[in-house]
Amino acid sequence: MWSVRFSLVALASAAAFAQQGYSPADIQSGKQLYGVNCSNCHGPNGDFVSGVDLGHGSFHRASTDNELVAIMVQGIMGTPMPPANLSDQQAYQIVAYLRSLAAAETPGANKADLAHGKSLFESKGCLNCHRVRDHGSRVGPDLTSIGARRKAADIQRSIVDPNAEVLPENRYVRVVTRDGATITGRILNEDTYSLQLIDSKEKLVSLQKADLRQFEFLKNSPMPSFRDKLSGDELSDLAGYLVSLKGL
Amino acid sequence: MIRPTFALLLAAASLSAPASAQVSFDRLLHSGETPQDWLTYSGSFLSQRYSALDQVTPDNVKNLEQKWIFQARSIEKFEATSLVVDGVMYTVQAPNDIVALDATNGRIFWIYSYSPAPQARLCCGRVNRGLAILGDTLFMGTIDAHIVAVDAKNGHLLWNTKVADPEAGYAITHAPLVVKDKVIVGTAGGEYGIRGFLAAYDVHTGKEAWRFNNIPGPGEKGHETWAGDSWKHGGASVWMTGSYDPDLNLTYWGIGNPGPDWNADLRMGDNLYTDCAVALDADTGKLKWYFQFTPHDDFDYDSVQVPVLADLEWKGARRRVLLWANRNGFFYVLDRATGEFLLGKPFAKVTWAKGLDEKGRPMRAVGMVPTADGKLIYPGNQGGTNWYSPSYSPHTRLFYIPTWDNYYSVYKKENVEFAEGRLFTGPLPASPVPLIRPPQVVSRGEEDGYGAIRAIDPETGDRKWEYKMTDVTDSGILTTATDLLFAGGREGYFMALDARTGALLWKAAVGGQVSAGPMSYSVGGKQYVAIAAGNSLFVYGLRQ
Repeated sequence: MWSVRFSLVALASAAAFAQQGYSPADIQSGKQLYGVNCSNCHGPNGDFVSGVDLGHGSFHRASTDNELVAIMVQGIMGTPMPPANLSDQQAYQIVAYLRSLAAAETPGANKADLAHGKSLFESKGCLNCHRVRDHGSRVGPDLTSIGARRKAADIQRSIVDPNAEVLPENRYVRVVTRDGATITGRILNEDTYSLQLIDSKEKLVSLQKADLRQFEFLKNSPMPSFRDKLSGDELSDLAGYLVSLKGL
Repeated sequence: MIRPTFALLLAAASLSAPASAQVSFDRLLHSGETPQDWLTYSGSFLSQRYSALDQVTPDNVKNLEQKWIFQARSIEKFEATSLVVDGVMYTVQAPNDIVALDATNGRIFWIYSYSPAPQARLCCGRVNRGLAILGDTLFMGTIDAHIVAVDAKNGHLLWNTKVADPEAGYAITHAPLVVKDKVIVGTAGGEYGIRGFLAAYDVHTGKEAWRFNNIPGPGEKGHETWAGDSWKHGGASVWMTGSYDPDLNLTYWGIGNPGPDWNADLRMGDNLYTDCAVALDADTGKLKWYFQFTPHDDFDYDSVQVPVLADLEWKGARRRVLLWANRNGFFYVLDRATGEFLLGKPFAKVTWAKGLDEKGRPMRAVGMVPTADGKLIYPGNQGGTNWYSPSYSPHTRLFYIPTWDNYYSVYKKENVEFAEGRLFTGPLPASPVPLIRPPQVVSRGEEDGYGAIRAIDPETGDRKWEYKMTDVTDSGILTTATDLLFAGGREGYFMALDARTGALLWKAAVGGQVSAGPMSYSVGGKQYVAIAAGNSLFVYGLRQ
């Protein structure tokens, strides 16, 4: 009985949201709520659960915003999807965020010239820091499966504005040891007393913080912006190629 | 700030050579010359599980202290022997997660998580015993019978090849063996009626290079040793890592028991190549020779023991031999170029055979077979030893065996129908000693089975000393250049013995059952000794 009454209430309430526009504030709030309530299972881009991809505006069990809100607050019986502790308003904000992800999919990405994108990737120095399968450097993030984890819009943004979002696992550190040696690298792990990184020579390095004179996270991504170095078509082709990298 | 930093990074990346080959094959061949590393499952291609490190000695071993512990996120037994390369340890968190750690403190660099297919089925735990490495690539067999190649620098998958069908009971639990440009694995699943095989895969692509059928098919030599269709599901698994002799270019592997395990009437014949040592050409997989320890096995006497290679003075001449303490209770010395039987003696109580003939073939004891009512036979189902790594010290010139003695089972024979993917064994033999996991309290007496570490002179087969334990042991053995012997047991201790005398020099409580082999390495001039127990890895070094 509880669930029936609740679902009626939820549906009635959610009806007020139907087919309204999404404000930037709702989208931003929804992004935060998604990170707290959903990303543990669904992943940062909504595609961690096999067969479910929340980021492309296509849902197996729902088509309207109201149905999505109902699923979030009620869960799905017989599946691992639990009822979330969200108000209808909060659930609606998550819907707004998910809709915005789909809307941000780059129109024309499917038309990208992947061969040209691959050629750009190899000629523009990307492999000096990045790796795809067994080519390139491990100093920067491995991009072998970037297309399965990031959307074209995110990738384009990272190419033209690398500092817009640097994921925690992609941060760089610079340390100076007690004997004056400077080591820069991408952090892999950290605890109270030590840190582990991969340095600019692709060596796995483990350091005790007590042995360091300086230890700082670089504020900005070491990746340069390609804003003025790629035409619009080139950017589209490069992003299209990267989106095509779905892993092995 | 961003540009200069990036420029520095770019410069560093572009100036440095492309990722240098971390572990060349030449480095694997000469692993004995770099004892700071542990580059293969058994420490070298000889599989002696012997370390040339000499910082820890009989005099200072009492000063060993625990340096760090890695607690696996797994409830399975920790059976893996770790690799160590240039201060980085690579180990396996059961069932199939590869973990890269700082070998000095256990802090994690990365974890590669493999999700085995839910169809994977194993008789004896969702476990893994370790990795192989070549260049910058790690290789792991998986419990759903795949082999994966993973980048040793970042833990990213490079290739994934299906070796066999897990639904039919195939699995891979042992550490692969790299020889030249190939990585070799064999299939477990002998209790599920598989038809086991060994196969080599190209290290760069994962493409199969050769395959050796552990049970010969129609037209292949040895097929006649299987009655009727029994060859189709006769077991012959592989679940321990082989060895390699670069001079002979032969790779040696132990083959598992025939199935069904305890009703040999259903597979009349010798059942080649079950319970065999096989020597294969490493380039082609062609059989050079074989030696069968237990023809027509009624007792589940797998011959999956690690083949230990040694060069001995044998009747006045240098001889390249294979040392083998078999699950069937006999210790063997074979010529590893030809497979010739040189010596064989029991190292534990044996009643299933009266002895070995001049060719090394067992002379079966009359009436010592499984019966409908049950027959008490030594050694029991787990053998006089089993998969637990032995050790050979070229310094003491002794061979060390984890031993179960006074150990018996009551073997029953029943009819068994084959069904794919289902157990194909017959009734499990009964014994006072539990099969795998120990009870919390040990109340049986020595007459019902006990454990020991036994030192054997391989030139005579005679026992030099033994270190007795109340409970049996699933632990491997490590020896070092300073004549130390490290081993554990089911009781949850990790010990150091004097390898010359068997005297106890040091022990530590590790809580859980030891079901792995010890290994040693050094970083920054400090020697470490590692042992897995329960579901954790314990690392010891000298107190500073």
